[in-house]
Amino acid sequence: MELPLDFATLRLIWWALMGVLLIGFALTDGFDLGVGALLPFVAKTDAERRMVINTVGATWEGNQVWFILGGGAIFAAWPFVYAVSFSGFYLAMFLVLAALILRPVAFKYRSKRPDARWRSAWDWALFVGGFVPALVFGVAVGNVLSGAPFQLDDTLRSTYHGSLLGLFTPFTLVCGLLSVCMLVLHGAAWLGVKAERGPIQDRARTIGLVAGFLGLALFAIGGLFVAYGDLGFRITGVLDTAGPSNPLRTTVEAAPGAWLDNYGRYPWMMLAPTFGFFGAMIAMIGLQLRNEPMTLAGSSVSALGIISTVGLSMFPFILPSSISPQSSLTVWNASSSHMTLFIMLVVTVVFLPIVLAYTAWVYKVLWGRSTTQALNTNPDLY
Amino acid sequence: MIDLAVVDLSRLQFALTALYHFLFVPLTLGLSFMLVIMESIYVMTRRPIWRTITKFWGTIFGINFVLGVATGITMEFQFGMNWSYYSHYVGDIFGAPLAIEGLMAFFLEATFVGLMFFGWDKLKPVTHLFVTFLTALGTNLSALWILIANGWMQNPVGAVFNPDTMRMEVQDFGAVIFNPVAQAKFVHTVSAGYVCAAVVVLGVSAWYLLRGKHKAFAKRSMTVAAAFGLASSLSVVVLGDESGYALTDNQRMKLAALEAMWETEPAPAGLTAFGLPSLADRTTHFEVKIPYVLGLIATRTIDKPVIGILELVAVAEDRIERGVVAYDALERLKANPDDRVARGQFETVRNDLGYGLLLKRYVADPREATPSQIQQAAWDTVPNVPLMFWTFRIMAGIGFLMIALFATAFLLCTLRRHETKWFLWLAVVAIPLPWIAIEFGWLLAEVGRQPWAVEGVLPTFLGASSLTVPQLWITIIGFTLFYGVLAVVEVGLILRAIKKGPFAQHETLDPLLEGSAENPPSAAPAVA
Repeated sequence: MELPLDFATLRLIWWALMGVLLIGFALTDGFDLGVGALLPFVAKTDAERRMVINTVGATWEGNQVWFILGGGAIFAAWPFVYAVSFSGFYLAMFLVLAALILRPVAFKYRSKRPDARWRSAWDWALFVGGFVPALVFGVAVGNVLSGAPFQLDDTLRSTYHGSLLGLFTPFTLVCGLLSVCMLVLHGAAWLGVKAERGPIQDRARTIGLVAGFLGLALFAIGGLFVAYGDLGFRITGVLDTAGPSNPLRTTVEAAPGAWLDNYGRYPWMMLAPTFGFFGAMIAMIGLQLRNEPMTLAGSSVSALGIISTVGLSMFPFILPSSISPQSSLTVWNASSSHMTLFIMLVVTVVFLPIVLAYTAWVYKVLWGRSTTQALNTNPDLY
Repeated sequence: MIDLAVVDLSRLQFALTALYHFLFVPLTLGLSFMLVIMESIYVMTRRPIWRTITKFWGTIFGINFVLGVATGITMEFQFGMNWSYYSHYVGDIFGAPLAIEGLMAFFLEATFVGLMFFGWDKLKPVTHLFVTFLTALGTNLSALWILIANGWMQNPVGAVFNPDTMRMEVQDFGAVIFNPVAQAKFVHTVSAGYVCAAVVVLGVSAWYLLRGKHKAFAKRSMTVAAAFGLASSLSVVVLGDESGYALTDNQRMKLAALEAMWETEPAPAGLTAFGLPSLADRTTHFEVKIPYVLGLIATRTIDKPVIGILELVAVAEDRIERGVVAYDALERLKANPDDRVARGQFETVRNDLGYGLLLKRYVADPREATPSQIQQAAWDTVPNVPLMFWTFRIMAGIGFLMIALFATAFLLCTLRRHETKWFLWLAVVAIPLPWIAIEFGWLLAEVGRQPWAVEGVLPTFLGASSLTVPQLWITIIGFTLFYGVLAVVEVGLILRAIKKGPFAQHETLDPLLEGSAENPPSAAPAVA
């Protein structure tokens, strides 16, 4: 069957869609994670904590689907990436899963019993459920940029030669903390829009400013690592962008500094890091001016910019191998088949707009700040 | 060589996490539609009691739903974590339904479930009902896509092996979606979920009636459960997924194993009601047979034979021998992708490649396998017969009990004799039964699939990731402890909600605010 889109184009589209899913996740579930990480620090009394929790109470569940869909979409469109990264980062994945399982349970179960110890335990569960995934995702991205120690044999079976502690290097920690700062800033911005004005807002503003400032610094330090560290890979030899998905047929070498190559070739890509920096600055100005929508817009632009920076810097690499560059996974050698990419694109084109439409409707119904009055009179709230 | 300890531990972990996940999912599937029914009655009659009924069962639904979702996250990622080669080998087909599930179904249920709980005062009753309906639709569509993925593992249609990418690739996606095994599984599984929810609603209502509490609430809930449960229990038994058992060698083997039928049975085959299957003697002792029944169930005719285990093993042996030829052609193709002769040879025997791979359990290069190893591998295609035999009988037995339970409940509700004591006790005692049947059903389907991860395509032991035994113990112990605590918390909260009863919300808003002067509890007596 002749498909209306060629293989290389579909691979490019799916690479971009993976970015859309990651950004969708960071922009929606990102503030849920940020709010979770902020919870014990911005809210002291039970009433304050209920206020904070209910700013995300009705929507976190839908937001989390971005993460799950991200997993499913990578499985469907980039089976190599799914297979190699999840088994390689095995114990880190387990940590994320445990934290992300804790979170829904904490949201739902906290309000079911009145005693203070019960509630405090779930508050810390929410903190862990926000902070740990934020940190580990960033560390994982750092490892993707550094290259992961895996090797493919001639049956394309992957073996991984690293450990959990090996994931934490100075550079990957910078990435992990950047991710935490980015999401904490985003969470603080969300509280600005959704929580009642008062002490919660004031504390969130202070922490948001610190996170924004640290985030800017870490993003810059990350840039220095990319420019002067030993990061980067390059494809050598002939490139078949429509060839069969077999990583072993590409030749790759480690090339320090190569993550900057794309910016020389396509200067428009500089927009991504620019968005990352200016978004965070706008968010911080918004916090100062107490202009909440401006803060949220700024933190969103910043997250979008930072995530795009990673993707664009590495293009066409998705997951390079540090011990066997030959095994590296790229946009051109790690996708599913032409047919599957096409079918999945059709499904996405049909359903993603529907998802966005009803998500928007739900947000509209739930629009407006949480209020103390609602917390006291509406028995359905957490 | 593959580390078989890693394979066994990965299987153990998958079984634990899947069985655990599947404690919550059936109740979600059924209770969501029961909520739609209850809320529809509220919207049509506008009697407040039906709102109370909907909200109470909604509370139970919510406590349960959250664990179904939370443990589902593990399932979505576990393929990559523990079954990395499987994910590579069949991701081109298997990943798609999982992604579509996220996009079409999970987004729907997860987005609307929040509004379902928080939107009571923000939406018109009809709109809220629609939101509840979309949540229920989402949960059930979720099951559909997951079972399409699972159905493909049982009957891998619409895909071929591509030697250039060393994996299965999709050819006919329509065939994957309309896979008859998947369709049969879907109907059977969601019906089982409906029965599960009906049993819970029936049992809890019966408990209230026995205690003489919340009678108006309990009688109405019981009536809904009786009608919904009767329809679903009939559906789950009549539309059992045996209809798919004639399709492939593995499905035939599954049928033969769960019947402990060693020799091919001439038409029309009889059903073994009782017996003691023995793996060692390859025979079943003390068999008690009901004539004709199996032939009717399995072939839908009285003139087709049902094939026995010994004959199927002989078929497998043939296919393994052809699989070795396929493996040899593939090796030559790997060395030289332009080898036309090898490619041509591979095309003719590619469907048996998986059978050749079964030998990798015994020998690194299947081409060097001895005849006795081939025979051993052929016997590997027989799943654990006694386990299959008994789980099937317990599952099916509970299915028939459920029909009896709901037929009685329906009769009593119609006669307005809700408070028949002996029956109420039975209804309470029956609460665990659907879970037993459902978990056994999972075991039957997935143990029966062994030794395959994907029938005829990829042996389970080749699908595992290159992990170490300590890594697996860390996650198995971690999941067991973590899930154990969550189960205790969840059961505790559900029991607490049941004890507080359906009118708790009207008495106190938030227990912490009790007695605080500025927050008088809103008194909304809602009894019809």
